[in-house]
Amino acid sequence: MFEKEYDVIVVGGGHAGAEATAAAANMGSKTLLVTMNLQNIGQMSCNPAMGGIAKGQIVREIDALGGYSGIITDMSAIQFKMLNKSKGPAMWSPRAQNDRMRFAEEWRLALEGTPNVDFYQEMVSGVLVEKNNVVGVRTSLGIDIKSRAVVLTNGTFLNGLIHIGEKQFGGGRAGEKAATGITEQLVDYGFDSGRMKTGTPPRVDGRSLDYSVMIPQPGDIVPEKFSYTNTLPLNTQVDCHMTHTSELVHDLLREGFDRSPMFNGRIKSIGPRYCPSIEDKINRFADKDSHQIFVEPEGWKTVEVYVNGFSTSLPEDVQYRALKSVKGFENVKFFRPGYAIEYDYFPPTQLRHTLETKLVNNLYFAGQINGTTGYEEAASQGLMAGINAHLKINQKEPFILQRDEAYIGVLIDDLITKGTEEPYRMFTSRAEYRTLLRQDNADLRLTPKSFEIGLAKKDRLTRMEEKLKKSNDFIAFFKNTSVLPKDINPILESVSSAKVKQSDKMFKVFSRPKVTMEHMLQLEAVSKYASENSFDREVMEQTEIQVKYSGYIEKEKNNADKLHRLENVKIPEGFDYSKLKSLSHEAREKLNLIRPVTISQASRISGVSPSDISVLLVFMGR
Amino acid sequence: MILNDTIVALATPSGAGAIAVIRISGEKAIDLTAPLFKSVRGKNLRKQKSHTIHLGHVVDDGKTMDEVLLSLFKGPNSYTGENVVEISCHGSPYIQQEIIQLLIRKGCRMANPGEFTLRAFLNGKLDLSQAEAVADLIASDNEASHQIAMQQMRGGFSNEIKKLREELLNFASLIELELDFAEEDVEFADRTQFKNLLKRIQEVLKKLIDSFAVGNVIKNGIPVAIIGEPNVGKSTLLNALLNEERAIVSEIAGTTRDTIEDEISIGGIGFRFIDTAGIRETKDVVESIGIKKTFEKIEQAQVVIYLFEADVISNDNEKSQAIQIEIGKLKNKYPRKPLLIIANKVDLLSEKELNFIKTSIENIHLLSAKSGLGVDELKNKLLSFVNTGALRNNETIVTNSRHYNSLLKALKEVEKVLFGLDEDVPGDLLAIDIRQALYHFGEITGEISNDDLLGNIFANFCIGK
Repeated sequence: MFEKEYDVIVVGGGHAGAEATAAAANMGSKTLLVTMNLQNIGQMSCNPAMGGIAKGQIVREIDALGGYSGIITDMSAIQFKMLNKSKGPAMWSPRAQNDRMRFAEEWRLALEGTPNVDFYQEMVSGVLVEKNNVVGVRTSLGIDIKSRAVVLTNGTFLNGLIHIGEKQFGGGRAGEKAATGITEQLVDYGFDSGRMKTGTPPRVDGRSLDYSVMIPQPGDIVPEKFSYTNTLPLNTQVDCHMTHTSELVHDLLREGFDRSPMFNGRIKSIGPRYCPSIEDKINRFADKDSHQIFVEPEGWKTVEVYVNGFSTSLPEDVQYRALKSVKGFENVKFFRPGYAIEYDYFPPTQLRHTLETKLVNNLYFAGQINGTTGYEEAASQGLMAGINAHLKINQKEPFILQRDEAYIGVLIDDLITKGTEEPYRMFTSRAEYRTLLRQDNADLRLTPKSFEIGLAKKDRLTRMEEKLKKSNDFIAFFKNTSVLPKDINPILESVSSAKVKQSDKMFKVFSRPKVTMEHMLQLEAVSKYASENSFDREVMEQTEIQVKYSGYIEKEKNNADKLHRLENVKIPEGFDYSKLKSLSHEAREKLNLIRPVTISQASRISGVSPSDISVLLVFMGR
Repeated sequence: MILNDTIVALATPSGAGAIAVIRISGEKAIDLTAPLFKSVRGKNLRKQKSHTIHLGHVVDDGKTMDEVLLSLFKGPNSYTGENVVEISCHGSPYIQQEIIQLLIRKGCRMANPGEFTLRAFLNGKLDLSQAEAVADLIASDNEASHQIAMQQMRGGFSNEIKKLREELLNFASLIELELDFAEEDVEFADRTQFKNLLKRIQEVLKKLIDSFAVGNVIKNGIPVAIIGEPNVGKSTLLNALLNEERAIVSEIAGTTRDTIEDEISIGGIGFRFIDTAGIRETKDVVESIGIKKTFEKIEQAQVVIYLFEADVISNDNEKSQAIQIEIGKLKNKYPRKPLLIIANKVDLLSEKELNFIKTSIENIHLLSAKSGLGVDELKNKLLSFVNTGALRNNETIVTNSRHYNSLLKALKEVEKVLFGLDEDVPGDLLAIDIRQALYHFGEITGEISNDDLLGNIFANFCIGK
């Protein structure tokens, strides 16, 4: 029924599991995807959207590395927006609304079309461990399937418990069973586990809504896309809509507070502070008499609609009554109520940078099992776990991204170094070098690395190299070409920037705050050069960013170089901190627990002070 | 922490000495020094071998600053493992500072405390036993250095800097929040308020920076007014302080120094003693002018010493009363100015007289300039005014050139943020400059976040020198 031994078994078929499967298989590992329901691969359990601030950058990184999330998002998108265009380029964040059903279908088809992937539908109840090495999984039917590595991506399914008002029942998602067995087995093995909570809003029938009283939220006029490959941008798009809650809505919700599992103590675990339920919002921000609600279609054709901003675990009758009082929702019909879900996770400080567990060799964790929230966070971990599982069983060097190389690097380093007390969501402010980690240069940053380890294909690399060459040429053109006052001054005047008195290099004028590529293209020399070399939108964008923000980019590069100094001071594995009496007590404890691999990582552990770091540095004498 | 630039610092204890050694380390140590050094034999420094010594002059723009001996060490065979130049110059604090500032202008960076040793360590120049000794030292010392530094920054400024940093930090967080939650309905940072804060910070920074420029104690010294009639032992006192401290009175060209001033370095800090005539009431017109002048001097001084001959307290009732009145007058007139009441020539007193004087005058400092009794105590008292922030003068606030450098950098960043606000630079780019400004603030207050700690490593020890 199965291969005698797989290279990699991936447990779970969500965003993390699907990426892990694709990565391992594409690198050449015989991979088995085991999931409880093969109809539910690539589900968007919550909102039908990919990307957003910081998250969009992650999707671009996944794509640059050769993952599928970007391609699948493009193929199933119904609306595209580049958020934050008015801010600096580090903040430009792609976001797509997706057709939920198509998204899942595309994932399933993509995996089916990937060589080396086998599928099996059943619940995994435990992992097989021999002498600290994982050797496979055991299913609920008692079947043992052998493998050299296992990636666990159980999402919210481990002992999942769904709450709606005072009702609670086991489940991993609405309408799906919870998974049991794994947590207990791993805890017996010595792992720490905890509980987390998340929630989702009601889904409603779009035909029952009055869109005429809501504010339309259209996509970009010229939509871009996620993948650096040749996927197509949208030519038609679907609008979202915005409406608001009111005092009346809040009052109606408050009536149900005594039956809320959040407030009556039934839910004890911690939810994401950054993605609060509506009851949480009106409780915490009592002075606000209105909150935004975004009405997001679930697809091209389906009438189902996602009510973003109204996540709740209040009793369904309370949800219904309150939502009916929202402008445009007077005649609302529910597809299903919102709910909260509690699930097991394993504090990620038990992992290495490769996402391999410290306790069991060749066992990898990715996604919500590590205490994160979000499709993008999960997918990127899956990708990294899949890559590293493959590399490990082939005795190759691990693939680790640094904090100045990728949001994915920041994400994993934060998780394993600091752990997380609440569902971890990516923010741009978590990245020290955010100006370097942009959505426009993820391919430049990561594709060569991925090509080197055998994941990104040659055509990706070629494409990226061409973009790099062209944009470098264009930048050189601006550096070397001068412009006369009579040509540039009208443009400068139009943006009320000071005129120049004598001819100057184009680079210099271009770097002025209000001058854009569009302005520069008004100069004949520039437009001629651009069209002669057939520069596309991406090359223009890359050039513009690198010229306009060169000062900031340089500054961050310099700062990042400093980081590398300490990143290069390695701490030997198994280093005995207890003998370092000059370390503070807390530092000794934390260091023993987290076991950082470099001085730089040690410095990011809370409770480890600068003087502890100095002491460590001394002892790491080369 | 940057390790690829060239750093400079004084390698001998700060303050005056017969000679001082200025150490320069880094890839460009020799290249940066060569144009400033004029060998007496016309040697080109760049072509000299490692471990050689050269006699010559430090010249700035054709102007000779000092005659020096220059030692050359090429990496990796040097203390730090990098190219190292050591300049032995004359010991005046003024010359030391001039040479260091010249090197900084030419592209060196002021070394952080312990940075030479850090580089030595990172380049594999320290063995483990040395390293272990260092480790204990750091653990116990790291905290203290910033506290002292903050104390040295006198008046309310240390608190103010801390407060401003916190406010800036708050705004930085608001800006970050605004960036990451653009999709949600959160309240954003008020740009007008932010601008006001930045302007306040700018003002304070400028004030502190200016205070370094005019009030650098190394250059001018802390003014101390000595009030006392002729023959109470003023010059003996000054000599006692001088001899004890192997100090040098620096002759500062171009400064208009009163001829009756003496500058003495105590514990590395310059004190400028100003002789005054005394403040005894008189009807004599000429003497009245003298008294008026004395009060002006007291006004300018940061510390006042009231000196008298100890024996008059028990032997001369009239004089004794006059002294008491004068002390009272000084206390009333300058309640916040540190006042030292010194009874000199106590070696001439009997036990009984000593006890009497102690009970008659509060906080009396007993001294015998001739025998040296009480001199050390006096020096400690003077230094303690510096360290505890008791000196309230509108001039000198920043005394540490490392702080001065940090303040300059912080100001530069704050001005960039202000400029950015005016030009509508987006928040994510503002944030870069704000983070940088916070970093420089942290260098002064010691509140360096974990990520900013890198430069602080090895900050508090000096071994192997």
